[in-house]
Amino acid sequence: MNVVAHIGAATRAWLADVGHATALFVRLVLLAPACLRRFGLVRDHMHFLGNYSLAIISVSGLFVGFVLALQGYNTLQRFGSASALGMLVALSLVRELGPVISALLFTGRAGTSLTAEIGLMKAGEQLSAMEMMAIDPVQRILAPRFWAGVLVVPILGAIFSAVGIIGGWLVGVVMIGVDAGSFWGQMRDGVDVWADVGNGVIKTLVFGFTVSFIALRQGYEAQPTPDGVARATTRTVVMASLTVLALDFVLTALMFKL
Amino acid sequence: MQRSKTDVWVGMLVLLGAAALLFLALQSANLLSVNWQKTYAVSALFDNIGGLKKQAPVKSAGVVVGRVQEIRFDDKNFQAQVILAMDQQYQFPKDSALKILTSGLLGEQYIGIEAGADTVNLKDGDRLQSTQSAVVLENLISRFLYDKAAAPSVQPGGH
Repeated sequence: MNVVAHIGAATRAWLADVGHATALFVRLVLLAPACLRRFGLVRDHMHFLGNYSLAIISVSGLFVGFVLALQGYNTLQRFGSASALGMLVALSLVRELGPVISALLFTGRAGTSLTAEIGLMKAGEQLSAMEMMAIDPVQRILAPRFWAGVLVVPILGAIFSAVGIIGGWLVGVVMIGVDAGSFWGQMRDGVDVWADVGNGVIKTLVFGFTVSFIALRQGYEAQPTPDGVARATTRTVVMASLTVLALDFVLTALMFKL
Repeated sequence: MQRSKTDVWVGMLVLLGAAALLFLALQSANLLSVNWQKTYAVSALFDNIGGLKKQAPVKSAGVVVGRVQEIRFDDKNFQAQVILAMDQQYQFPKDSALKILTSGLLGEQYIGIEAGADTVNLKDGDRLQSTQSAVVLENLISRFLYDKAAAPSVQPGGH
């Protein structure tokens, strides 16, 4: 009997958790006009989340492009179709690797700092102090960070893909010596603006919502202790990464029909 | 409104993102070659289209002159109905012939159009009569084997 009660209580707590998270998400989304009115706040966080992630995003993109070109060339030249290297690099980057890896890097670089910042604000009772002054912490603290994250991730994803293609070009054309004309030509033939680039941008937008929301919620719901903040930061990375990968599968299945 | 240093940096980030998107759209994808110009639709019936896909090119003398817009199954005469969007700037005679060809041994399939001799050109909504199906490898092999079995085997050596 005890076991049943235990399972029931756990399920109920989980359901309450989901409901609570949904309510917070809807509130954050509805706060978009308020954020637009005070865009300075969003801009400051875009600077923190975006500009400081630029280095890691572009360096990773470059190396991913290098590796894609090396591995792709290795496989393609066995079938005598090394000229399709450009298409391979561009499609993999624009459709999958660009959105997913930049979302994962954003989680590690910026999501953790969001969680830790908000968790520490909570531990230091700054959020409670704001509530005492009749300032809504969700509107003043969470929403600008949320929208900054949502705006920044697509930008970072596009930069990642573009830098990656340049990396693939450097290794494929400059180093290995694949014909530049067929590299770009096949790429242009194989990549569609709306079906591939457009869907990639939609993916990064969805990941921007996901990662920013998970990071903020983990910070907001953290136990207000040093231990609690540490756990919340870990949970941000684990949950955001898993959610991004799972969502990527779902989005790919929806977007790219066989 | 007050302009701060952060504004400049965020502005640069946004510009960089826009430049990256533009690069993806122009350099890696086909935004410029996407036809904003007008096309006219022509349909044709094929016995077998093989692996032809939507958006496959229609080529004449190796130059892309249109794309496959739609592939349907016609359940009246059990044939595949293919609708082609031909570039308005290229005109073909009414009795032009279509063939489904393969680029390379294992490459993708495309439609080759060969100009006929009619003085009237194709226009929107026309149907092309002369079509040649895709080569299906299995049929080719089975015909080859059949011919081989039917032919009298040559005796080696002789007298």
